[in-house]
Amino acid sequence: MNGNRAWSWIVILLGSLYFLLPLAGMFEFSMRMKRDGYSFEAYRVVLADPQFQHTFGYSIVLALLTIVLGALIVVPTAYWVRLRLPSARPVIEFITLLPLVIPPIVIVFGYIRIYNTSSILPLTGSWWGTNILTLFGYATLALPYMYRAVDTGLRTIDVATLTEAAQSLGASWTRILATVILPNVLISVLSGAFLTFAIVIGEYVFAALLNINSFGPFMVWMGGNRAYEPSALAVIAFIITWACMGLIQLVTRFSKFSAARR
Amino acid sequence: MTMNIANMGSTIRTRHALNWLGVAPFLLFALLFLILPTMNIVIGAFGNADGDLTFGNIVALFTPTIRQAFRISIELSMLTAVLGCVFGFMIAAAIALGNLPGWLRNTVTTFSGVASNFAGVPLSFAFIATLGRLGFVTLILRDWFGVNLYACGFNLISFLGLSITYLYFQIPLMVLIITPALEGLRREWWEAAEILGASGLQYWRMIALPVLWPSLLGTLALLFANAFGAVATAIALTGSSLSIVPIMLFAQIRGDVLNDPHLGYAIAFAMIALTAVANAIYILLRMRAERWLK
Repeated sequence: MNGNRAWSWIVILLGSLYFLLPLAGMFEFSMRMKRDGYSFEAYRVVLADPQFQHTFGYSIVLALLTIVLGALIVVPTAYWVRLRLPSARPVIEFITLLPLVIPPIVIVFGYIRIYNTSSILPLTGSWWGTNILTLFGYATLALPYMYRAVDTGLRTIDVATLTEAAQSLGASWTRILATVILPNVLISVLSGAFLTFAIVIGEYVFAALLNINSFGPFMVWMGGNRAYEPSALAVIAFIITWACMGLIQLVTRFSKFSAARR
Repeated sequence: MTMNIANMGSTIRTRHALNWLGVAPFLLFALLFLILPTMNIVIGAFGNADGDLTFGNIVALFTPTIRQAFRISIELSMLTAVLGCVFGFMIAAAIALGNLPGWLRNTVTTFSGVASNFAGVPLSFAFIATLGRLGFVTLILRDWFGVNLYACGFNLISFLGLSITYLYFQIPLMVLIITPALEGLRREWWEAAEILGASGLQYWRMIALPVLWPSLLGTLALLFANAFGAVATAIALTGSSLSIVPIMLFAQIRGDVLNDPHLGYAIAFAMIALTAVANAIYILLRMRAERWLK
């Protein structure tokens, strides 16, 4: 087995080289802005850029709203399917997987055709409409991850008993969902939420084609017009992705810990 | 009495209908923002400007420019899928079977989660900063080793450059999917084979690979679809200089190139068809693979 182990180390080392060099490269490049040596000048310039502040803030708000919208769509549905409609499960699951099958660019193409200014529902004609359309589009992109996470969470609790107990105490459906089911699957919702955040924050195709002034199109614009700032943006985006994944691990570990204590 | 039974039947039916009402918001959402938009494209692919049924758009896909774009896209997706599978498999094998320290395995898995989601615009920036004309690695090779990549004909904005970049999210996806399958290989199978006198190579060829091949082929299909639908990475890296299908469709939607919108539908339809077939293969093979890995 010793040869096996040495071989494994070689693979891991070569792999690390391929995966770490671009990270080192983007970091090094982002520090090159001043000619007389490394500095954080590119970051300073980017962070002070009003366009950055605007588009980045915009994307954060979009991501948070997507998470809320996604949870509002997914949690009641996954709950209801588990409680009352187990027969509908394959259909619902199939639908939630569709966004992985249909390329996002095709979905947004369909939006532009269906919701254009000359249609019954001219969402792309107004600022509000476009943003609502983008939000629903992002909720669609997040659907596979959100649904899987929540459904896995629901598997660990006894949905039927909890519902009956709540009902016998006179709780309404909204109350059951908000105060009984949601707290129980909160960890799952959160891990779905962080993944959604990582996907939405730098999303480009939907934003560019629906003319949304968010972080993704801003990054592409920077890439075409500046030298060092794009690398600084890439480092920031990488840190966000890393933070989201780290938070997912953290909440899952926390849930295992609390489950073990129970 | 008969009345009562009939009543009961209808109450049960009403109840059942009411149960479906519970998922109505979800179905409405899926219909409006997922199914109808896609249907619109598919139907549009088989219609002309007057709304008549035609296969003309599909036939028009076979004009040289578009056919060429599909060829490059399919080659790019296939190459990165195959290489992603091979390298991803090696890394997964190293962490699943290589007796490496636990912290390293956790790091590799977590990093794979990050890297498979680090696609799109930032990823292309990272590669421009690394392998671009003034990139980190380009300069190191030039100044320390005397190798001038760009004089050797290398260009990041090319088929090769795009492939190297795509592998950054293809390999980790493979690692994430195949590691559980490798961990599902039972130790007893190896021991049994060893007792019967099998060499390592024989074990892989006759036991491990036959068990794993549905997972491997399935993941290959998934990686193919993953690369084929990638738009942002390609656009941020190449602008519009490399004519691959997603970039062509993007330009078409923006209204820059083709004048016939129905040809755009046809391109989109062909994209769905390809990714749908690839995903169907993945799902079918995955179901097959799960028989062994309980």
